[in-house]
Amino acid sequence: MTPAATDPAAGAPVRTRRRPGRVPVALLVPATLGLVFLVLPVAGLLARAPWATLPQRLADPAVLTALRLSLLTATLATLLCLLLGVPLAWLLARVEFPGRRVVRALVTVPLVLPPVVGGVALLLVFGRRGLLGEWLDSAFGLTLPFTTTAVVLAEAFVAMPFLVIAVEGALRGADPRYEEAAATLGAGRWTTFTHVTLPLVAPGLAAGAVLCWARALGEFGATITFAGNFPGRTQTMPIAVYLALETDLEAAVVLSLILLTVSVVILAGLRDRWLTGP
Amino acid sequence: MSRTLSRTVRAVVAVVAVVTVAALAACGGTGPGGGSGGSGGAVTVFAAASLTDSFTRIGRDFEAANPGTAVVFNFAGSSALATQIDQGAPADVFAAAAPTPMDTVTRAGNADGEPAVFVRNQLVIAVAPGNPAGVRGLADLARPGLKVALCAEQVPCGAAARRVLDAASVTLTPVTLEQDVRGALAKVRLGEVDAALVYRTDARAAAAEVAAVEFAESAGAVNDYLIVVLADAPHPDGARAFVAYVRSAPARAVLAGAGFQSP
Repeated sequence: MTPAATDPAAGAPVRTRRRPGRVPVALLVPATLGLVFLVLPVAGLLARAPWATLPQRLADPAVLTALRLSLLTATLATLLCLLLGVPLAWLLARVEFPGRRVVRALVTVPLVLPPVVGGVALLLVFGRRGLLGEWLDSAFGLTLPFTTTAVVLAEAFVAMPFLVIAVEGALRGADPRYEEAAATLGAGRWTTFTHVTLPLVAPGLAAGAVLCWARALGEFGATITFAGNFPGRTQTMPIAVYLALETDLEAAVVLSLILLTVSVVILAGLRDRWLTGP
Repeated sequence: MSRTLSRTVRAVVAVVAVVTVAALAACGGTGPGGGSGGSGGAVTVFAAASLTDSFTRIGRDFEAANPGTAVVFNFAGSSALATQIDQGAPADVFAAAAPTPMDTVTRAGNADGEPAVFVRNQLVIAVAPGNPAGVRGLADLARPGLKVALCAEQVPCGAAARRVLDAASVTLTPVTLEQDVRGALAKVRLGEVDAALVYRTDARAAAAEVAAVEFAESAGAVNDYLIVVLADAPHPDGARAFVAYVRSAPARAVLAGAGFQSP
């Protein structure tokens, strides 16, 4: 959206001062409506929260176990996505190859696939009788379903497109002349990638990683389908919320609020660090 | 200039307003039960997911027996349905797969009269066709190396599973506690687990892909299904007629065919 007008020599992004003048109503009205639409349901949760019993619910070891597992798996899934997704985004943005459009479309498939279907698809590949799972089982005695690894895989499957799209967008927005200049100065493609390209797209990379982490943290459908639900091993917060909803609406509200608070605090903290520089 | 701008603004505001109203109306129209849009005099039945096949058939029979009436269903987990009803969903009839969600609705004052037990369901062990793991009874589920899926205790099939396992003093560590009975069944169908405790009706509906192993202890955790007309039913007469029909001989035959027991 914003053109890459930052001077690479300056390091930190330049903050442009907002031009004086009134905010057009044509933008203000839908913007406010949009904000209200997004915030109101959270306000509804806050209104229904049983504040009196909050401390004892927070101290519930089952809640802490699910929260810890959620944070751990979402972080591992994000790392996996960075490891695989950034090179994929680079490939899509910088290398001409036949069928690139098709590959790009394929990358977005997990976005449109209902997560439960994604979970079934993962089972059909990595399950006990799956295409790869059967071989993993017979060759290494490795079964993935119902393990914490399965949770990470399910979350990464659903969240990776967010990272790839964000990073690819950033790469396409970045001026390739900096990379060309590095190449003229004798840098190889790898050095150029690590020393020029990555710093250039750092904000896009950070935004993609944040989106990816948030999506992984909220993942439910693919996780419960592929990894099942067992406390301490595969029961993440969204699954705990869903099951609490079956018996106890208040408990579900509390669990959701905990998840929301933790993620907002972490995201706000990281964002400040990444986007304002040291 | 400023006039054009304000005209643009007004147009945008009008568009936003229209879109918002249209979206809200559409949501109301496609929501559970069809709301005010289109369904006219249809009786809206909120029924437990395990009743999907039999109630769909009973609904068609009911419409055929009562020309001019229509029934629409909202099938979901009983607890989710109870929450929807207590939050004001426009339903006429509630059929729950267990007493607990029905209690929620009655306690909130949303039931018209006493809920009646209309069928019962009990657990069987679902295994792969041909029973390759050789499961003969409940105790076999505790065998080391056997992967078992149960429902989570928060949902009726999980509570029933806990009761039978406790009564039989069988301790087992399932690999997963599924969110509903269909989830547990799906894990058997896909071959991810060797066995699962599911309702007899669910096993029968999936008879092509799973085999059911009956076990004696299952009689100790029979699940009651209850049905009631709701207090705020938009169509109370149609609702009462439907409930009466569910308890009639033809409907009982459909339910028995699906594997339900008479109360």
